[in-house]
Amino acid sequence: MSEQATHQQPAIDDVMIELRGMHKWYDKFHVLKDINLTVHKGERIVVCGPSGSGKSTMIRCINRLEEHQRGQIIVDGTELTGDLKHVEQIRKEVGMVFQHFNLFPHLTVLDNCTLAPIWVRKMPRREAEEVAMRYLEKVKIPEQANKYPGQLSGGQQQRVAIARSLCMNPRIMLFDEPTSALDPEMIKEVLDTMIELAETGMTMICVTHEMGFAKTVANRVIFMDAGEIVEENEPHEFFNNPQQDRTKLFLSQILGH
Amino acid sequence: MDTKQFERGPDLPPPITEIGAIGWLRRNLFSSWLNSLLTVVVAYLLWLMLPPLIDWALISSDWTGTSREDCTSDGACWVFVSVRFNQFMYGFYPEAQQWRIDLIYGTLFLLMIPLFLKAFPWKTWLGGFIIFVYPFIAYGFLDGAWFGFEVIETTKWGGLSLTLILAGIGCVAALPLGILLALGRRATDMPIVKAVCVVFIEFWRGVPLITVLFMSSVMLPLFLPEGVTFDKLMRALIGITLFQSAYMAEVVRGGLQAIPKGQYEAADALGLGYWKKTALIIMPQALKIVIPGIVNTFIALIKDTTLVLIIGLFELLGMIQNALNDPNWLGFSTEGYAFTAMVFWIICFSLSRYSMHIERKLHTGHKR
Repeated sequence: MSEQATHQQPAIDDVMIELRGMHKWYDKFHVLKDINLTVHKGERIVVCGPSGSGKSTMIRCINRLEEHQRGQIIVDGTELTGDLKHVEQIRKEVGMVFQHFNLFPHLTVLDNCTLAPIWVRKMPRREAEEVAMRYLEKVKIPEQANKYPGQLSGGQQQRVAIARSLCMNPRIMLFDEPTSALDPEMIKEVLDTMIELAETGMTMICVTHEMGFAKTVANRVIFMDAGEIVEENEPHEFFNNPQQDRTKLFLSQILGH
Repeated sequence: MDTKQFERGPDLPPPITEIGAIGWLRRNLFSSWLNSLLTVVVAYLLWLMLPPLIDWALISSDWTGTSREDCTSDGACWVFVSVRFNQFMYGFYPEAQQWRIDLIYGTLFLLMIPLFLKAFPWKTWLGGFIIFVYPFIAYGFLDGAWFGFEVIETTKWGGLSLTLILAGIGCVAALPLGILLALGRRATDMPIVKAVCVVFIEFWRGVPLITVLFMSSVMLPLFLPEGVTFDKLMRALIGITLFQSAYMAEVVRGGLQAIPKGQYEAADALGLGYWKKTALIIMPQALKIVIPGIVNTFIALIKDTTLVLIIGLFELLGMIQNALNDPNWLGFSTEGYAFTAMVFWIICFSLSRYSMHIERKLHTGHKR
């Protein structure tokens, strides 16, 4: 894909995710401090930062795997509160891919993909299986549909996990370090899948250390440290002309080796 | 520079001492000097003990006859068992009505066959029918009142058929109750539910089954209003179920704790609610992990059914005790107990093998 195409700002200006003055504590530990972030439809955001900086916690707040204590999170027009209806509504629209895949080991690949459409979206089984096969073809493993996750390689499992999320037809996809648990040989196949997904115009937030991915795919890169957003810029500027000393230090450490 | 291309080496056969019968012997019986010593000692003990046992039980034993006079040899007198066999199976259930028991167990057996056929499409419905509806039909049929047969009170039920009723109903009722208790005990966001479950589990685990049965039989009637009677068998069943469900709950909780947090999160992220998440994702995995523990509890339950003797229900062991009191058959307790042990062993061992088969069937490759 060309650099030009991926770096274009999305034309439609719908706000998909909005975090306003969001704070989170684990007991007394202040993990997220005054997070403000607006993500528009079709935007692809990469979040990076040192470990323990709160980047995973931030995206896990977006589908309420973690609860925030102050501020607002509005996803696709619905505000996340303690109201379970809102939470379920948002989770239907937000797909998530985890570091450790979290496939259901007792179900086949196909059943992993059809479970939520059948039970949450009330889709007939036949239709759910057709949808699942379509996405398994997109992630290039339709031939593994009847195997169990334990029989697949890490890269294949992560691609199944992506397909499983896509089967719910989400409007937003969250990626929580999707390649961190993979062998180097398998990182590329997962990143390729994510790049293809980006080309379809999916709204994406990726927590990742893959700076190559950030450079080619992201509209914006966010750098977090100690629970705060330190710097936010489009990738070219972010990598070539970082503003904050903390960002410069981080970049020199991850790009310098 | 002369660089040689890498070439793949050939696959060599393993050393002869590592494979086949010799390899098996070396690995399993003679892997160290201690192991070799133990092998020799055990072989010697078996040589000492097995021949006399086989001789007593099979070779110099009596199998046919009608009374103790027919037992002439030194070995076991199985005539005792064959003469009393009907009672050991049916208890005091009138002989003319025993076809009802045969029919109930035969039907159950036939109903269960489709459950083992791969192609049978209505397994869930049939399984549900067997577990939730059939016990009531069976009770009605054996008791007789609902169907207009001669009424045969539960006090007359007995023998192996009663053992299987107690064990079967106990297992079927204790598992779901145990699952609910285990879930309740883990419901940290519902402190009252959690407290109730903890108290329930700890209470029932803390008292011996024999006191539970005794209380249900002797104490409970004192608290019931005058004229209200509660079937003795029903009381025993409730006691056994509550008691075993507490054990089951802890077994299931062990399985729940082994499920990684990621499984809950993946289910949450897909939008599955609590009950769907539990029923579709968490429980199938947790129960699979604790199959050995569940079967362990089932086996303990089956053997614990013998304790109902204390409240005057004569299951298999009870019938044998009863027969041993017969003046005509004094002194044949060894045969009686050996027979009981054999029957229980066959039931429990089959269950254990079946559970291993299920474990293998449900194994879906390496865990992640």
